[in-house]
Amino acid sequence: MTRQLWALMRRDLARLMIGGQRGGSVLPILFFLAVAMLFPFAVGPDALLLARTGGGVIWVAALLAAILPLDRLIAPDIEMGFFDQWALRGISEEWVIAVRFLAHWLSFGPPLMLAALPAAALLGLESETLRLVELGLLAGTPGLAALGVIIAAITAGLKGGAALSGLLVIPLAVPLLIFGAGSLSTGGDSGIALTAACSLVLIAIAPFAGGAAVRATRDG
Amino acid sequence: MQECHIAVDDLACRRGDQLLFSDLSLVLSPGEALHVSGPNGIGKSSLIRILGGLLRPVAGTVKRKGAAGLLDEHPALDPAIPLGSALAFWQRIDGGCDNALARLGLSGLLDVPVGYLSTGQKKRAALARLFGQNAPIWLLDEPLNGLDSDAVALTESLTAEHCRAGGICIIASHQPFTMAGLRHLELAGFAP
Repeated sequence: MTRQLWALMRRDLARLMIGGQRGGSVLPILFFLAVAMLFPFAVGPDALLLARTGGGVIWVAALLAAILPLDRLIAPDIEMGFFDQWALRGISEEWVIAVRFLAHWLSFGPPLMLAALPAAALLGLESETLRLVELGLLAGTPGLAALGVIIAAITAGLKGGAALSGLLVIPLAVPLLIFGAGSLSTGGDSGIALTAACSLVLIAIAPFAGGAAVRATRDG
Repeated sequence: MQECHIAVDDLACRRGDQLLFSDLSLVLSPGEALHVSGPNGIGKSSLIRILGGLLRPVAGTVKRKGAAGLLDEHPALDPAIPLGSALAFWQRIDGGCDNALARLGLSGLLDVPVGYLSTGQKKRAALARLFGQNAPIWLLDEPLNGLDSDAVALTESLTAEHCRAGGICIIASHQPFTMAGLRHLELAGFAP
């Protein structure tokens, strides 16, 4: 079992990491930076305004960037018959989804936290705000990744699932956004703790919800 | 080879609102092969998926002993990476058994991305994946689609060898399948 999970992890990382097949997570990261770059153009070069709103912009950009890779996360493996082959070998959908979540977060969370540094420079954030943004992203991106995996599995069997997954992620990510971005205005660690709590709940649900959704695609 | 056995009792299958077949019972012992035939849409693929445990029947029971390997229209090989790496992934999952690459004529194609292979080559690659799984029960859904006459003969002889070694084969196909001692099941006889 450990050998099989390790093989799954290797394949997922090779597919998802930056520099992996089809560019991996480069696109969401570039999208994230593009939003951070466009914002000052749109609202003007008022340094005070940018510094005050910049943290929230980074959070919104991170949430939107999390939607981009969803259509390639689960659906291709169902279409290509991978999940059927794993099921025949006794590898449950829950394990596959748990491994997929971990690989998805590794390919998305840490690069996003790195990309937040140049984004913070573009928006002229204070160092204290940057610290809270980075801590918040560390607490919040696992939740975004888990949510993404769940939604990708639920919309996998549907036509036009890519557009639908975006619409489904946004309302469910609102708690993460409220607590994560809220920690910026209150300046406290409690917001970050609540973000982490949301993430933990989503991570705990993800393998079971995702696994059930993948199994449901078989009974058509 | 691992011990294997299949016993199906009073099986019924429904797709959507339509009952495809019912009251299907069969028993397969080691070394036996069964050819399930019938027109399109009669439920051959559904039967294969029920036997593999991928689909729930509406009624009846399936008792299966031994691991099952499935060959259907999805090769389950990543199209973007070379064939060698795609097969190596399944070898890591299955514990590194022999793939019969040379016999399947795939030795020269290992550097070619799976997406560039022809239909028949993909089918042979999927056969290599099935072979490497070392499962005693083979569930073959239209195994001859897209294969040339040489590859058809090769598939038939691989299947015969598998049965001689004590495995079970179930072949769902509307095409004729030549093999000594092959049992036949006309699925249309079980349609309502």
